[in-house]
Amino acid sequence: MTEHYPVLILLVPLFGALIATLLGRERQLACWLTALISLGVSSIFAIGNICVLLASGEGELRYRMGGWNENSGYEVGIELRIDMLAALVVAVVVSVGLINTIFAKTRVAGEMREKVAFFYALNQLLIVGLCGIIMTNDAFNLYVLIEITSLTSYALIAMGNRRAALSSFNYIIMGTIGASFYLLGVGYLYIKTGSLNIDDIHTVLQSGKLWGDASITIAFIMIMIGLWIKMALFPLHGWLPNAYSYAPGVVGSFMAPLMTKVMVYVMLRVMLWLFGGAYIYTSGLVWGELVVWMSIIAIVAGSFLALARTDIKKMLTYLIVAEVGYMVGGAWLADGAGLVGSMYHILSDAAMTFCLFLAASIVILRTGDHRLTAFNGLFARMPLTMIGFTIGGLSMIGLPPTCGFFSKWYLISGGIAAGHWSYVAALLFSSLVNAVIFFRIFERAYFGNIKGVVDEQLPDDGDGAPPLTLERVPLSMLIPLFLAGISVLLVGFYNQTLVSWLMDVIPPL
Amino acid sequence: MIEESYLPLITWMVALLAVPAILVLRKNPNAREGATFVAALAKFALVLAMLPAVMAGRVLRFSFGEILPGIPLEFRVDGLGMLFALVATSLWILTTLYAVGYMRGLKEHDQTRFFTCFAVSISATIGVAFAGNLFTLYLFYEMLSLSTYPLVTHHGDKAARSGGRTYLSHLLGTSVAFVLPAMIYCWVKSGGDMSFTDGGFLAGKIGAGDGLIVLLAFTLGFAKSGLMPFHSWLPNAMVAPTPVSALLHAVAVVKVGVFCILRVFTGVFGTDTLESLDITTAVTYLAGFTVIASSLIALTQDNLKRRLAFSTIGQLAYIILGVSFLSANGITGSVMHIAMHAFGKITLFFCAGAIFIATGKKYISQMVGIGRQMPVTMTAFLLGSLSIIGLPPFGGAWSKWYLFLGALDAEQMLMAVILVISSLLNIAYLLPVAVNALFRKPPADSGDDATAGIREAPVACVIPLSITAVAGFVIFLFPGLVYDLAQLLISNG
Repeated sequence: MTEHYPVLILLVPLFGALIATLLGRERQLACWLTALISLGVSSIFAIGNICVLLASGEGELRYRMGGWNENSGYEVGIELRIDMLAALVVAVVVSVGLINTIFAKTRVAGEMREKVAFFYALNQLLIVGLCGIIMTNDAFNLYVLIEITSLTSYALIAMGNRRAALSSFNYIIMGTIGASFYLLGVGYLYIKTGSLNIDDIHTVLQSGKLWGDASITIAFIMIMIGLWIKMALFPLHGWLPNAYSYAPGVVGSFMAPLMTKVMVYVMLRVMLWLFGGAYIYTSGLVWGELVVWMSIIAIVAGSFLALARTDIKKMLTYLIVAEVGYMVGGAWLADGAGLVGSMYHILSDAAMTFCLFLAASIVILRTGDHRLTAFNGLFARMPLTMIGFTIGGLSMIGLPPTCGFFSKWYLISGGIAAGHWSYVAALLFSSLVNAVIFFRIFERAYFGNIKGVVDEQLPDDGDGAPPLTLERVPLSMLIPLFLAGISVLLVGFYNQTLVSWLMDVIPPL
Repeated sequence: MIEESYLPLITWMVALLAVPAILVLRKNPNAREGATFVAALAKFALVLAMLPAVMAGRVLRFSFGEILPGIPLEFRVDGLGMLFALVATSLWILTTLYAVGYMRGLKEHDQTRFFTCFAVSISATIGVAFAGNLFTLYLFYEMLSLSTYPLVTHHGDKAARSGGRTYLSHLLGTSVAFVLPAMIYCWVKSGGDMSFTDGGFLAGKIGAGDGLIVLLAFTLGFAKSGLMPFHSWLPNAMVAPTPVSALLHAVAVVKVGVFCILRVFTGVFGTDTLESLDITTAVTYLAGFTVIASSLIALTQDNLKRRLAFSTIGQLAYIILGVSFLSANGITGSVMHIAMHAFGKITLFFCAGAIFIATGKKYISQMVGIGRQMPVTMTAFLLGSLSIIGLPPFGGAWSKWYLFLGALDAEQMLMAVILVISSLLNIAYLLPVAVNALFRKPPADSGDDATAGIREAPVACVIPLSITAVAGFVIFLFPGLVYDLAQLLISNG
């Protein structure tokens, strides 16, 4: 049984999606329950996966779809490969999906009305796609799964308000270009190496004979550009802010923490396990310096753009742009600590972004205001929600004991070890800007109305204002926020364990 | 020498345990303040319980888990930490009494929040005092910045808000921008070890060039020390209620700043390493400049609390100056000055608050002749001033004496001259306040009735300030404890 865990993680939500579609629009509660159960089961398998990995001590699990092997007459087929990094990211994806589904219960009914069944179906398909991306060991299969996630996310985003359709269209164009770049790159690799299996390609490339080859260089450039578009690395980020902020709240709170992070994971996978550290850092295109500078620009630009926003979700989406810069920079420092920092940040950023988006969703829902003015006086009126938001915010700033502090710790130590001081400076700069961004909000939430800011949506929070009482936030929203906040702290508290696992994953550079 | 013990943990937790009690008892102010008193007394008693072991040269240690690779959350009580903890916890008891009088006397709002944040702040202060490694130190340093923010902005008006902004941007900004990278650099350089050791954990692992940058990053990054140019948060934090200014911004918070710098000099680098690398000159001059510049600014301030704030900046720079001499006498002076200045300055702040409660006056120019109304308060102010100036028979004389010796040992004649000039400036900006209040008649147009008799602040305010003023004298007669704790640092370093 345990050897089938990887494929079960994929199959359960896939069938869940099917059932949700069949149940149709009339049975909203049944749709929700289906999603909840399928993702719950999938989460158990994902955690089981981690346990199996730890118990086996081998460092990776492999699963051949349909049990193909040389003896059965098939020499090629789709293979899943799960190392600790993949197992952790899969677990994050599935559990965020599960928690977000709990969160979705009351929201979806209000936001989507007759599209409820489609939402649950698409959401589960999206999770299948993301988990597939993380686990597959086949470069073309990876493309197919990227397309699955993209198509489902186009549809999900377009379910949002009036402006969502246009931003989804924008995303389709950019996303398709990105995917095409990736596919072309894989085509070149297939022509030169004769395989689509990531390990096989890696074995051929590792010999070094093809390192000077123009086709490989082009394949590498195309794949990287494709992935950068998909992960919204500045200046290829144009599609992201609108898509995530105009999407329905529950879609945004799922996609914002995960989509870009999974693409960063794919980049790491392509860098370390497909092309190999030797090619990436020393022998091929020696891009490290250039890409780290690109990431520095992304960090600085993302921070500034976030600072300039007055719309809560827009601000958070630009913070994601900056965070992507953190991870890309860490990955290209050519240093073990930087790589670990980058991997750890995938986990911690997912946790804190999720926490912030959930809290922001609740705030927007309750106050009816999507601008920063919504936060006026909220510490007194929605203390539990604001505690969640504060934990996420402190983590973004990078204050201990939240996980954001520890990922900064590892990324900065990577920058120091690699001697890349400008990257270190960019990380610190971004921390400071985040501090301004969040303390600006905390100040509003703490003091209430600030004079000179017109605030139509909220009653004046002077003494006579009716407090927004907590019971108006349903438990199905508070519990997910609570879980997300706890996970921000737990990922931080267990950073040492996670990092020691991730250290073992990194292949020798 | 090192002894595992739970006492440091319990001592740290006592104030935190008071928080739920304060919150539960919020409807009953007397019981609520009772909880604070119990916690304060318990904390002081626990610190005292550790004193004999520390005096015997032992180090009490408690460590928990492994937060970062090789770095546990670690408490370690040595001479320096013990001295600071003694000062902070003993003064917390008096400040609580004072705060009850002050907050009730002025009928302040949100007193529950006030006492809650106060307890958390003290806990963070003790966390810093007992921190056994750089990471633990940083953790509680940040906790202190955040927990004092609601206290600084207590009034919630425009001035409080802008004071709070300056406060956080300076303290949080410098710690993230300078301390964090310097700390990670130390971690990388030392191979994952960050425990304060007697010779410094960076000894032999760092060169003069990067050593200088790291040292400056720490010295400027721990901006709670009020060293120029990152000092302006302190005068702006004076918008806080006076008990906050008294305990936190004359004792706990600012002393945490200099304490961290002392730790960096002695526990991170080690004085021998610093001497052989010869990189402390920059710090010496920065501190020397701060001493003179802040005293000159203090002369121009008419708001009493702001004048005291600039005085604090100067006095803190003494401590940094003393340790930067790297001589035994200089460090003795620095460590002693932590205690001596604490008793002197808290007296002055208590007096400033008492004047405000009794008369509503904030400006020095309004305080001429006020001594007729408030003889006890203004006498205490005079005694506190003399201690700050460093005249015998008050505690400040000892620390200044050792600081001066330290300057001579280090052959820093310029700094010795600066110390003398600064003492003269101290006289110029402190003494006139007390003398004018006590010995001049109120101006006829001030509206004060010179014959109105004695109108002191509430007793709860007058008692603490009398005690601290007398303590400044007692500590001159019996400086032994403070001196011995300071010597522990030197004999080990």
